[in-house]
Amino acid sequence: MDENKTHVISALVLHKPGVLQRVAGLFTRRGFNIETITVGPSENEGLARMTIISKGDEKVLEQITKQLNKLIDVIKVRDLEPGITVKRELCLIKVHTVTEKARSEVIQYTNIFRGRVVDVSPETLTVEITGDPEKIEALIDLVSVFGIKEIARTGPTAITRGTKTI
Amino acid sequence: MCIGTSGPGATNLITGIATAYMDSSPILAIAGQVSSHLIGNDAFQEVDTIGITMPITKHNYQPMKADEIPGMIKSAFYIAGTGRPGPVVLDLPKDVQEEEFEFESAKDMELPGYKPTLKGHPKQLKRAAKLIQESKKPVILAGGGIILSGATEELLQFANVINAPVSTSLMGKGSFPEDNPLSLGMLGMHGRKVSNFIVDECDCLIAIGCRFSDRTTGLLSKFAKNAKILHIDVDPAEIGKNVDVDVPIVGDAKTVLGDLINVFDPKPELKQEWLNYVKDFKNSCIPRLSFNEVPLKPQQVIKELSEAITDDTIVTTDVGQNQMWMAHYFDVNNPRKFISSGGLGTMGFGFPAAIGAKIAKPNNDVIAVCGDGGFLMVCQDLATIKEYDIPVIIVVLDNRHLGMVAQWQKLFYDERMSQTHLGESPDFVKLAESFGVKAERIKKPGEMKEAIKRAIKSGEPYLLDVIIDPNENLPMVPPGCGITEIVGEYKVEREYPDEIVVKASAKENGGD
Repeated sequence: MDENKTHVISALVLHKPGVLQRVAGLFTRRGFNIETITVGPSENEGLARMTIISKGDEKVLEQITKQLNKLIDVIKVRDLEPGITVKRELCLIKVHTVTEKARSEVIQYTNIFRGRVVDVSPETLTVEITGDPEKIEALIDLVSVFGIKEIARTGPTAITRGTKTI
Repeated sequence: MCIGTSGPGATNLITGIATAYMDSSPILAIAGQVSSHLIGNDAFQEVDTIGITMPITKHNYQPMKADEIPGMIKSAFYIAGTGRPGPVVLDLPKDVQEEEFEFESAKDMELPGYKPTLKGHPKQLKRAAKLIQESKKPVILAGGGIILSGATEELLQFANVINAPVSTSLMGKGSFPEDNPLSLGMLGMHGRKVSNFIVDECDCLIAIGCRFSDRTTGLLSKFAKNAKILHIDVDPAEIGKNVDVDVPIVGDAKTVLGDLINVFDPKPELKQEWLNYVKDFKNSCIPRLSFNEVPLKPQQVIKELSEAITDDTIVTTDVGQNQMWMAHYFDVNNPRKFISSGGLGTMGFGFPAAIGAKIAKPNNDVIAVCGDGGFLMVCQDLATIKEYDIPVIIVVLDNRHLGMVAQWQKLFYDERMSQTHLGESPDFVKLAESFGVKAERIKKPGEMKEAIKRAIKSGEPYLLDVIIDPNENLPMVPPGCGITEIVGEYKVEREYPDEIVVKASAKENGGD
């Protein structure tokens, strides 16, 4: 068994104050790991969807799922298997681009990665990229030679492929 | 139900709420809060009650408008009392308390995320029955869940159907009559020898409403290592948390046991060989209770206590040696007659718990068995029992030590005694009398039984200061050891004491 397998946990929760604290607090108290967590409104009014990326073995994952289910404000929890899951993250990268060469190279890379330039200043370019976390890592690697001033990432959000819902 | 004011009032409720959370007691705690417009300003007596109680409650609520209160109270009671019971907190801002609104009957509860599973899955019940049928040496481990679900009748019936001996956790004490030949007594760190050894030897362990706490199992890798494990619990998160389970059944103990009894076809055969073995083992290590020494041995005190009371008497304990002596040596035959703080081990629990029990059950005699240390933490409630005339009997097992910690210091920390001797004060008899509570001091064998009878007959609050031997240790399983690795002398009701050698690993490990 892979000790440190990454799991994508999708949870449907009541959209009200304190729910994020309940979930985050549970992870801290039980010693579960949170890599990233994203929250936003869902298709149902009054319900929000959380996507939590966590590392651990099967036993830990089982406990995470069961303990989350015990929270009164949590409606549904599911571990999304990689094969049937679309996982996307948004990342904003502010790159140091003082020379013409740097600027044109960053724009080229951004285009190859299907990103967009969203802001320009005399010394920087800010690019937006969405995709798999691995794809984002690759672009960050490429543009890091120019000097990265700031990165803001949302952490992945995820949904199942096909007609199935959680 | 309990109520505290804001700030320190709320924080004073915390230990009680955490105690209830660990032992699955259904309570609703209402805490005051500063007015809603002041929340977040660090106002006078403001504390983040919702944040603080989040990890120690089943749920908590903070109404911001008075018309939210009825629905929240209704949901709070429902959540606290159903499924696996537990505490719920209502944090009530002052302006919301004072607000007026038109009350229409409380609306239907909206709890889409809360649906406890009560009925066991039929397929799992069949698998469980098969496992039990095929076993040669089955044992039942009954936890507090049996008592909470009101399943004692079903447990007795079940044990008789499958002919299995019954061991209990601390919280399970009272779930099965301990005078029944099938009873093994408590399991675990301070468990009865027969219970620990028979569970170690069984080939099928049927755990019901118990959560396999470390105090119950000892070292997990050595726990019931030859057994297939069947776990019945209403809380799915308890199944597989500590012990790997062969057949899990999520459901309420009463419902599942009731159904399980009917699944067997044909009835399980009588495992006479196993039962004879268990019976002989049990008879070889009946704990010794009779001692003539002065200072008194706690075993003798408990023996006299048992002789002076009935099966209807409710006994509460504090936490520490007093609790484990009671758990080990005191037989309980009925549910809800032995009340103790298990999971959190909250010293100071015994006396106020007795007050609560007496108010809830005024027709039952109620006795709090405390240590001197724990009782001192809550002795101001002598005023409560006097002022409100609540006739509970307090037994202080007085050895002038925080005995349990002292025992660990002796056994595992080279007798480096630190902060465990309480000194000579107070005089518990005078202390009680200063509140106007009658009190007696007990020093010799034979005095306890008569004193308890006098105290019950008086119908008044009463304290007995029982001077016991500070050097009497409990037999115990050191932390990090399997449950058969009992250290200390296990005194049996026979001529020869059954010596078990001290395991070296215990001393090396120290413990927690």
